[in-house]
Amino acid sequence: MPLDLFNVGDPIADTKAPMDVPIAERWSSRRFRARLVNPANRRKMTVIVVGTGLAGGSAAATLGEAGYKVKSFWYQDSPRRAHSVAAQGGINAAKNYRNDGDSVHRLFYDTVKGGDFRSRENNVHRLAEVSTNIIDQCVAQGVPFAREYGGLLDNRSFGGAQVSRTFYARGQTGQQLLYGAYQALERQIAAGNVEQHARTEMLDLIVVDGRARGIVARDLVTGEISTHFADAVVLATGGYGNVFYLSTNAKGSNTTAIWRAHKRGAYFANPCYTQIHPTCIPVSGDYQSKLTLMSESLRNDGRVWVPKERGDTRDPREIPEDERDYYLERIYPSFGNLVPRDIASRQAKNVCDEGRGVGPNGLGVYLDFADAIQRLGLSAVEAKYGNLFDMYNRITGENAYETPMRIYPAVHYTMGGLWVDYDLQSTIPGMFVIGEANFSDHGANRLGASALMQGLADGYFVLPNTINDYLADGPFEKVDESHPAAAEALQGVQDQVQKLLSINGTRTPASFHRELGKLMWDLCGMERSEESLRKALDRIPEIRQEFWSNVKVSGDWSSFNPTLEHAGRVADFIELAELMCIDALHRAESCGGHFRAESQTPEGEALRDDENFAYVAAWEWTPESAPPVLHREALEYEYVHLAQRSYK
Amino acid sequence: MTLTLRVWRQKDPSVKGGIVTYELADISPDMSFLEMLDVLNEQLILGGDDPVAFDHDCREGICGMCGVMINGQAHGPEQTTTCQLHMRSFKDGDTITIEPWRASAFPVIKDLAVDRRAFDRIIQAGGYISAPTGTAPEAHSVPVPKKDADAAFDAATCIGCGACVAACPNASSMLFTAAKVTHLGLMPQGQPERDDRVVNMVAQQDREGFGGCTNIGECSASCPKGISMETISRLNHDLLGALRAGVRPKS
Amino acid sequence: MATVTQAGQGRTPKAAKTTSVFKKAVMAVSGIIMLLYLVAHMIGNLKVFTGRENFNHYSEWIRTIGEPAVPAQTVLTIIRIVLLVAVVAHFWAAVSLWRQARRARPERYVVKKAVAQTYAARTMRWGGVIVLLFIIYHLLDLTVGAINPDGDGTPYDRLVASFSNPFITAFYVLALLLLGMHLRHGIWSATQTLGLSNRRRERTANAAAIAFSTLLIAGFLLVPFSVLFGLVD
Repeated sequence: MPLDLFNVGDPIADTKAPMDVPIAERWSSRRFRARLVNPANRRKMTVIVVGTGLAGGSAAATLGEAGYKVKSFWYQDSPRRAHSVAAQGGINAAKNYRNDGDSVHRLFYDTVKGGDFRSRENNVHRLAEVSTNIIDQCVAQGVPFAREYGGLLDNRSFGGAQVSRTFYARGQTGQQLLYGAYQALERQIAAGNVEQHARTEMLDLIVVDGRARGIVARDLVTGEISTHFADAVVLATGGYGNVFYLSTNAKGSNTTAIWRAHKRGAYFANPCYTQIHPTCIPVSGDYQSKLTLMSESLRNDGRVWVPKERGDTRDPREIPEDERDYYLERIYPSFGNLVPRDIASRQAKNVCDEGRGVGPNGLGVYLDFADAIQRLGLSAVEAKYGNLFDMYNRITGENAYETPMRIYPAVHYTMGGLWVDYDLQSTIPGMFVIGEANFSDHGANRLGASALMQGLADGYFVLPNTINDYLADGPFEKVDESHPAAAEALQGVQDQVQKLLSINGTRTPASFHRELGKLMWDLCGMERSEESLRKALDRIPEIRQEFWSNVKVSGDWSSFNPTLEHAGRVADFIELAELMCIDALHRAESCGGHFRAESQTPEGEALRDDENFAYVAAWEWTPESAPPVLHREALEYEYVHLAQRSYK
Repeated sequence: MTLTLRVWRQKDPSVKGGIVTYELADISPDMSFLEMLDVLNEQLILGGDDPVAFDHDCREGICGMCGVMINGQAHGPEQTTTCQLHMRSFKDGDTITIEPWRASAFPVIKDLAVDRRAFDRIIQAGGYISAPTGTAPEAHSVPVPKKDADAAFDAATCIGCGACVAACPNASSMLFTAAKVTHLGLMPQGQPERDDRVVNMVAQQDREGFGGCTNIGECSASCPKGISMETISRLNHDLLGALRAGVRPKS
Repeated sequence: MATVTQAGQGRTPKAAKTTSVFKKAVMAVSGIIMLLYLVAHMIGNLKVFTGRENFNHYSEWIRTIGEPAVPAQTVLTIIRIVLLVAVVAHFWAAVSLWRQARRARPERYVVKKAVAQTYAARTMRWGGVIVLLFIIYHLLDLTVGAINPDGDGTPYDRLVASFSNPFITAFYVLALLLLGMHLRHGIWSATQTLGLSNRRRERTANAAAIAFSTLLIAGFLLVPFSVLFGLVD
């Protein structure tokens, strides 16, 4: 591997997980050893929480309940808008209500294996342990989970799991869980424990004497840029899938908060791990602004197929059974249509690359419910998936009860994010990162119904316990906007805003975003190669340069100006894209969502290289001229033995 | 498709707004309504004009951030969110009038974007179950009849977009409030706070300056999630019961 | 600093009686009282078909119910007081909700389309005002007799005198139709407001409201038409 693109620094390690006890006792041991803050002192300390999704909303509410003074920030009008709201499928928990052999250890095992052995055992085990508390908590808040006639909670099997451990609320589980957290947060706002900053976007982190002490934020309505201070800062700002422009993320989802924190010293881990979701509605034209996911639960009853012959443009209903290729059932007889997301996505890409894709541009495969309708009856299918069929109909104008759906993979989730230790603390003391924003517990691939679990685990149960250990040293010396570090950060943000407004070029921020997104999808998407990544790395600096000399942002800074917001986010996406490609290039193996064309088994499956790459790649930012520095955190597997994933 | 757009433009709440007309060509019927506005905005930006400000986020009909009045109907001619409305619902040559939600409780921020935080304050008044983290009993300790759980879910699907207020001739937020009162009132966990919740949430919605409900039904017919008028009946039932029981709003 | 919590700007309702839902309940209950009266009134009107004497006797009876236990007109006075209170309460709630609605939307839409609103619902307010004016006219005409063509006659004579005039009859018919629509939305609305409706009953409640108002108004219309066409004279 040529090292012209980065330098290698010292290894990094998590020092917080107590390794002297067995894995099942580490979390309780850590909770016991972590120092506490007495209730009277909590009132003297302020915590900033940025983001109000499942992680941020639950953390802000829980910290408020604990007695800390919390300042909560979000860019939308209400905390209820956070994109967790869009999660459809469900949330995993090791309750074993089905008596089908589930346990904390099995959830732990499945998640480590599902993550293709690139996650930390300790974190994953903790996640599995607290999963059961999450369900209890949400039920107590009144989350209307699906229930059986006896009044007990219903479960389903989901996304590559062989046990039924997924709790759900029809196709809107994320919405219902988010509203639970949102309502808890609003309760704390009403109680005066949480101060709210709606429509306010974090634009920089303030680091004083090596500790995170505040943020610079812009009020999106008045345009005012101001500083906010605290004893600790929690980032819960979600993933960066919008680097691809087209993704299932909300239009406003962005990397700015974590990227600016990265530039202030937080390491960015595994940026190249992106999850491509297999069941999305295909792109219909150049104007497309976002992709819509259809819950993976559709694969429980739908059968995926393409015509056996290339360029077969017949109406799908007229293609006889023996001329159809149910390729997932053919290649993976034991898991069939329920293989993990990365595999389902890549196989869809493969058949489309072979020219057997369907739909107007050949980028789609059929998801067929004809068998399910025959077996279960139309009304049963309607009851289970009615809202999804309606959504499909609204977007495409097609009736999926009559003709098969067309689906295609789309960027959905980013496993990478800021590096954190077992306490969820980043490499900047006092800055904690939770939810999708951290590099998290999912390794190289996230299993279905695990994101909601992780977001709520971090926010309700992990962070509120671990942050005490840090705050036990507080309250820290008071700082305000006159501090040189704060003034410098504020000035930097103001300068950037002015710069963006003054360029007055000929291209809109959206046009740069689209160009970057297409480049990333083509060259650093479902399949990457040294060649494609080198090409991307040649092109991205050119895009960056053109952006900073030719972008056009109309309007002014001192009013509601969505174009200006977008421009700032695109600028950060361009920088992040470069790091993603470097990370993808350096990781010359395939694992989970990261598939390198050079590293595959003879059957075309992802081939890991455990000898050389069983580590977390944590990247340190260096000023523009110098390449980033790679810090490796070795991954060791004591409890789940390294093995080639097989879903055949 | 070629369209004539009549768009409400208003720089900020302090100035008077008005309708501005734009012509737009080459619109594909497969575009979403917001993608059509994106096209307009790109043209405006390149022409050095201020683009039309509108709220949006998830663009898959669930976050509740988007919402404009389209030809006098909240979210337009289909019963869905603005982001899920597609241009195939219009004809070539159509004139489309686009206005913001209008209610004094939803002040205009700019153009089509309004401030809906009044909804959050209604939730703050009682739209929750007090269950601090860590206090929860085992999830199966309280069974919930499936019928109740399903009905609670139906009410809980409200996305807080504000279409009910926008469509209501009285600018009443009753359907929004009723959806939450119904959701939590149907769950056994929501019983201890049931009376206080309804009284305080209704008091808060009056305080915010929303109109009163006169059972017209525009709200439910415009609701992208189809929240039923039944929720309002439930709220009324709960409120009158609570008032009889002597519960009074917190000041 | 960004804006922090802002309390709602409106006036704080001081007691439960000022909440909008309470006003609606007042509206519903007062409406039901008037509705019950209308039913009795309509049935009473039909006595006109039993002849002059019977009708006048009925009219007299209303004024003497309870005699000699209580003085003349006691029951009637109680009925009148109850009705007056109901009218005032109904009117107060309506005006108060109307003003609240106007405050809630100071700036009108340039274009506004109704999706579900019935004609009856749309005409509740102005229709209500017209019905009120009609009632005043009606009282002056047939109860007091001040503006009746045969002001000093018996109740039966007054009735015949009024309805023999096609213009007066037309006015009555119009007002009654308006009242019918008012009741059609009002009855459904009351079931909602008092929390008696649900998704299953919604349709039934609406159908019942339509059937009930139609029957009632038809009963009322029978009399003027009969006079006009000479069936009663």
